[in-house]
Amino acid sequence: MTQAATGTPAERTVPRREATGSGPGRTRQAVILLALTALLVVSATAGLTIGSVQVPPVQVWGIVTHALGADWQDPDWSGARETIVLDVRAPRVLLGAVTGAGLAVIGTALQALVRNPLAEPYLLGVSSGASLGAVSVIVFGFTLFGPVSLSVAAFVGALAALVLVYATARTGGRITASRLVLSGVAIAAVLTAVLHLLLLSTGRGNEARAVLAWTLGGLGGVNWSTLWLPSTALLLGVGVLMVHARHLNLLLAGEETATTMGLDVARFRARLFVLLSLVTGVLVAAAGPIGFVGLMMPHIVRLFVGGDHRRVLPTAALGGAVFLVWADIAARTVAAPMEIPVGVLTALCGGPFFLWLMRRDARRGTDRGVA
Amino acid sequence: MTATELSVDGVTLTAGARHLVRDVSLTARPGETIGLVGPNGSGKSSLLRAVYRVLRPDTGQVRVDGDDAWSLPVRQLARTVAAVVQDSAADFDLAVREVVAMGRTPHKRLLAGDTPEDVELIDSALLAVDAVHLADRPFDRLSGGERQRVLIARALAQQPALLVLDEPTNHLDIRHQLSVLGALRRLPATVLLALHDLNLAAYYCDRLYVLHQGEVTASGPPSEIFTPQLLAEVYGVAAEVTTHPRTGAPQVTFLPEEPRR
Repeated sequence: MTQAATGTPAERTVPRREATGSGPGRTRQAVILLALTALLVVSATAGLTIGSVQVPPVQVWGIVTHALGADWQDPDWSGARETIVLDVRAPRVLLGAVTGAGLAVIGTALQALVRNPLAEPYLLGVSSGASLGAVSVIVFGFTLFGPVSLSVAAFVGALAALVLVYATARTGGRITASRLVLSGVAIAAVLTAVLHLLLLSTGRGNEARAVLAWTLGGLGGVNWSTLWLPSTALLLGVGVLMVHARHLNLLLAGEETATTMGLDVARFRARLFVLLSLVTGVLVAAAGPIGFVGLMMPHIVRLFVGGDHRRVLPTAALGGAVFLVWADIAARTVAAPMEIPVGVLTALCGGPFFLWLMRRDARRGTDRGVA
Repeated sequence: MTATELSVDGVTLTAGARHLVRDVSLTARPGETIGLVGPNGSGKSSLLRAVYRVLRPDTGQVRVDGDDAWSLPVRQLARTVAAVVQDSAADFDLAVREVVAMGRTPHKRLLAGDTPEDVELIDSALLAVDAVHLADRPFDRLSGGERQRVLIARALAQQPALLVLDEPTNHLDIRHQLSVLGALRRLPATVLLALHDLNLAAYYCDRLYVLHQGEVTASGPPSEIFTPQLLAEVYGVAAEVTTHPRTGAPQVTFLPEEPRR
């Protein structure tokens, strides 16, 4: 009865374009991932090369392959150089890559979970919670969990801060962008104040100064024996998030809509909050709170690959790794021999980026808050 | 895609101490198009939310094909029931095709990619709402009406046996109101939808339920239930009901109190 009214042009052919995850889109994505992987290898090489003692890239690769048991050139370098490359720089470059990748995927997932493009562990106070947890362990000498006590405490602090910010920002089932960021900032301020209070009131002055430097975020002081924990956390985080990439997409459509497409939103969010806090906690325990990587990477990556999390997550991970490796190279060299905390540098890039993002969203009229 | 039976038995929904819906029963036989009409705040959206499993009934049951919708796993229900709701999407640079692809999620295993069958379903869903030309556009940049059509396509890609829609014609121009409602009507699926426009409801629905202050005041085929008395009681306005000479459907004309100058 409605044939005439519908106007559906049945004769119009559907162009055979491929859907997500196949065809030309997949090729393009593969090219982007390969290019980023190559860039990461180059960046890591640069990270091993550049420093107070310059080690030529060829020699760097000689040392690395030698350590891996494959010699393709005469090992004619000094033992000191080998130590610098393998024991000083390599763990640091790896931690930089792991932390950058981790922060980028955490930012990506967090933005989907709270449905807000300004979400990021540092801005939402999650990193502050993790720092406070870690510092309490140091100050009170709480070592129930042995060597991983710091990470456990950072995880607990991160989770507490995230739940608190989320609960504060959400009223009547809605979170507006401004309220989320404001509660994040306020809670971060309180947590940081408590952290400083703890540090100042502790009798151990030297330790306090070291911890204070750590709270600015830095990759120094890492060694092979502590690297496994952040690496494992990263693999776990990326693995679980990739499995749930489709579900993260659903959240973009709205919570009720996501439910109608088969996602138990409350349970999913609770589980991912725990996962993200865990990864954040471990990364903060290892590298200090490093801000804005989790904000910048997802947005930059979306410009190239669109918003589908099946593509955003791996791309952001690689992009974050590359970015932080270079940020750390800069931190080590721009004011050599003094070292700048890498968190200071990321904030220098990230703060203006945040402002740009905020103004762009305001111009687009999309700062409408989300249900 | 088949049709399923929906039965809502004595459902009461509350928000705090306030009743949103009180003791409402409703049935939709397989393949029927059922309309919910009523003024703002009459409980249409709340009732729909109970059906698509977002608002849990305080008493009563929502049964889909005989099973209690609220005791099925969310994912399993989503393979049978799809919905287009009044929800705001976030701003995240998804292409239209990717938004429609979301509808395939309840049918997919974790990590499974989109198969050629999925692509075909997505294409035909876009075709059904006249949105093929939008496929590669960013969803964020669409007009309100275009978005609405894409969201309906997303629900169609879910291959529901029961499709629930809250004001699907909102933001649509008249041509697309007619084409979308026509497409919904042609679906083999059972359709339950809330509509503002009484004449569209009368034309496209097999049966209507009139909600007023959270209760069903009338139900049945449009030609039987639309009377000036009912419309005066429910909407508080004077109206004239005629049978349209061309369509045969009841035609409601509201008569404003102030005379036309």
